[in-house]
Amino acid sequence: MLSIKGIVPRLRAGGWGLAAFALAALVFVPLAVVLSSLFTVNDEVWNHLVETTLSRVLFNTLFLTVGVGFGTAFLGVSLAWLTAACDFPGRKVFDWALMLPMAIPAYVTAFVAIGLLDFTGPVRTILREWLGPEYGFPEIRSRGGVILVMTLTLYPYVYLLARNAFLTQGRRALEVAQSLGESRWSGFFRVTLPMARPWIIGGVTLVLMETLADFGTVSIFNYDTFATAIYKAWFGLFSISAASQLASLLVLFVFVFLVMEQYATYRTRYTRAERSGASGDRVALSPLTKWLAFTFSLLILSAAFLLPLAQLLFWSWHVLLSDLDSRYFDLLGHSLFLGSLAAIITVGAVLILVYANRLYNTFPVRVMVRISTLGYALPGSVLAVGIFIPLAWFDEQLIAFFDVDLFLQGTLLAMFCAYLVRFLAVAHHPIQSAIQRISSNIDESAKNLGCNGWAMLRKIHLPIMRGGLMTALVLVFVDVMKEMPITLMTRPFGWDTLSIRIFEMTSEGEWERAALPAVALVLAGLIPVILLTRERVI
Amino acid sequence: MTVIELDKVSLTYPNSATSAVSDISFQIKKGEVLALLGPSGSGKTTLLRLIAGFEHPDEGLVLLEGRNVCQSGDCVPPEKRGIGMVFQDYALFPHLSVSQNIAFGLKKMSRSDRLKKVNEIIEMVGLTPFRERYPHELSGGQQQRVALARALAPDPIVVLLDEPFSNLDPDMRTEMRREVSAILKNTGSTAVLVTHDHEEAFCMADQIVLLNQGRLEQYGSPEAIYHTPLTPFVADFVGQADFIPGLVQGKVIETVIGDLQNKTGFASGTEVMVMIRPDDIDLLPRETGKTTILARQFRGSENLYTLQLPTGEIVHSSQHSLTVIPEQTKVNIRLKMTHTVVFEKSEVKS
Repeated sequence: MLSIKGIVPRLRAGGWGLAAFALAALVFVPLAVVLSSLFTVNDEVWNHLVETTLSRVLFNTLFLTVGVGFGTAFLGVSLAWLTAACDFPGRKVFDWALMLPMAIPAYVTAFVAIGLLDFTGPVRTILREWLGPEYGFPEIRSRGGVILVMTLTLYPYVYLLARNAFLTQGRRALEVAQSLGESRWSGFFRVTLPMARPWIIGGVTLVLMETLADFGTVSIFNYDTFATAIYKAWFGLFSISAASQLASLLVLFVFVFLVMEQYATYRTRYTRAERSGASGDRVALSPLTKWLAFTFSLLILSAAFLLPLAQLLFWSWHVLLSDLDSRYFDLLGHSLFLGSLAAIITVGAVLILVYANRLYNTFPVRVMVRISTLGYALPGSVLAVGIFIPLAWFDEQLIAFFDVDLFLQGTLLAMFCAYLVRFLAVAHHPIQSAIQRISSNIDESAKNLGCNGWAMLRKIHLPIMRGGLMTALVLVFVDVMKEMPITLMTRPFGWDTLSIRIFEMTSEGEWERAALPAVALVLAGLIPVILLTRERVI
Repeated sequence: MTVIELDKVSLTYPNSATSAVSDISFQIKKGEVLALLGPSGSGKTTLLRLIAGFEHPDEGLVLLEGRNVCQSGDCVPPEKRGIGMVFQDYALFPHLSVSQNIAFGLKKMSRSDRLKKVNEIIEMVGLTPFRERYPHELSGGQQQRVALARALAPDPIVVLLDEPFSNLDPDMRTEMRREVSAILKNTGSTAVLVTHDHEEAFCMADQIVLLNQGRLEQYGSPEAIYHTPLTPFVADFVGQADFIPGLVQGKVIETVIGDLQNKTGFASGTEVMVMIRPDDIDLLPRETGKTTILARQFRGSENLYTLQLPTGEIVHSSQHSLTVIPEQTKVNIRLKMTHTVVFEKSEVKS
């Protein structure tokens, strides 16, 4: 017979499990909705898309991922190796400064690049005056242009991970290789690089997922990929089913990279980090190569961060008086509000997940946690579609059965659900690593000393996790501020934000007027980069 | 044949006030195992890195098979020296399997020769069933064997072992010492072993170079180092050593526990300190005895007694563990020394 005492813990466990299940469902339902459209009957709009744009979108997406993948791998690995293993002028500054491009959203770098290098932009106008009209300057609005801009903004992912790999690898492995007859140079290719491979692959796949998820950059370049095609099908051709079918194809792409990334992270566990670092024994470069390394690093830093920032500030100064009005503060207010609220909701959800996992570490709970933290892989455009469809269906049911006039699809609910799914993993990482530091022995010591329940949470857990919680809040806040496709497709009427303003201005080619909102985003974006550089090796 | 010779080698690291090693000379003959023994910071790893070519001497010569490897600043790089290395943390390549790790240094060989060589070495270290595994799938002892196999595979002129057993638990350590010794002997390898554990040096090495603060304290066989230490530091480092005062009187040295033969060159009237090892003293419990047992430490095969002499000095004695003499018992002591080791009084810190 089941006693009353036995039921309470069961109910508790059930409650945590249910909460974890609900969060996993938030990832799972949109994914299922989108994937199910793979099997739905093709409508006219879809047939039209297949005939006209699908092959171009496919080819564009492939080309972009391959180009950005190789580009970021080259930049990230070479810069990481230079700063982690070699010595050259300014190395200590470049070491952290090369992470700064992360602060600028890719779509901002994109419109700055176009504004600067377009036919009517200042660079080419001046060159035309000097050299005459026919000098063959490469066209920035091209395939190469998109790849270049995305490479420059996304390489820090690879840089960070590769640098981490090189720093923790230590010098022993290379010394063994030398004692077995490899020179330092050949040893780099036979040992250093292969040992860092899991990290590099991890970084590149993150870049590729970002590339697939990107909406802002490709729309500024008018370069049709799945993300923009989904938007156009929905808001141009008004076919949510076609948008959903496009989204399902995009998900298949993402899935490949997700599997690659998970495998790479799995492999990194078996490459031990050693305590004896590489410091003190850096590769001595010849005077010429030293300055080449310096020039290369400075060139990348300038192109990816210094020049775009300078141009943004210059433009902002121009439009400051006319654009810094109440409308701007409305936009800023919306962005801050959405960012903060989304950060709080997301961190709350993550806390539920990590405590469910800590208190009831059963197989189903672990699976739910795993699923809920995979949402970062889903592009914003896919999420927008995947969440809108079930909400619209729910609305219909409400109207049909209860005759109430409640529309969920046009509320903030859809937007926050999508944010939550997309950025849950961003908050999960710092909070999970914070809670892992609280061993069960700490809990037990607290209980021995008469501290339990809420008191333990307040006196022990919160103080220890404060840093992790703050990091999580800041990361989600900044990511939501910079977010474009979800906000664009699911926002209620009148909820324009800074990133929406940038989208509107850039689609009209008004680069100058997009600069002021962009500056605010870059300033916000600097916060997580500073957090990251303070941690040094992540 | 001399494989390695160091001749008055000195090295000071940049940003360091004191020299890491200074004026070190020794030789290693083919097939010999030499141990570099000393406490941490004594310069033993620096010497290893000098031989390997990761550091270069400020002064003195490093000769490999009679060839000076550092002539006027132009040094043979590590990869050209033909020296194998085994590190404390093994430094196995995590992305390569056991056989790939071992084959790493075998480059100028045909495929079939390489395969044959790898099979031979894997067989020798007893890892045949594990040849396709990755390092993280192996135990500590197995990783150790892969590291040794990898270092031995290219037939190096010498293999350098840097504290190779310190990551193993004590049981495994004893077993691996035996096993590594056997492998080195079977392959006729020449080896240099860095260790801070004198027992390890004693059981593995043919010759020991004992270092302290970058200086060579003594260079000789394990037996010589233990029985006839040249300095009080050596005496103390390689085992329990007590010092009691003595006075040289012609052919004998008078001490509180009896007279000893004077085989030293000290002149009559010199005040000296005599080294006493625990196995130099026998105990005879007597009610009239003038020496008191202060403490007994049970060590398995023996008991180590702490004794207070009538003059107040403390000495130790090891006796077999079957009989137990209780603390505070009065005893007479008898010396059974085979080697008399005597230092000038000023040399010994009290």
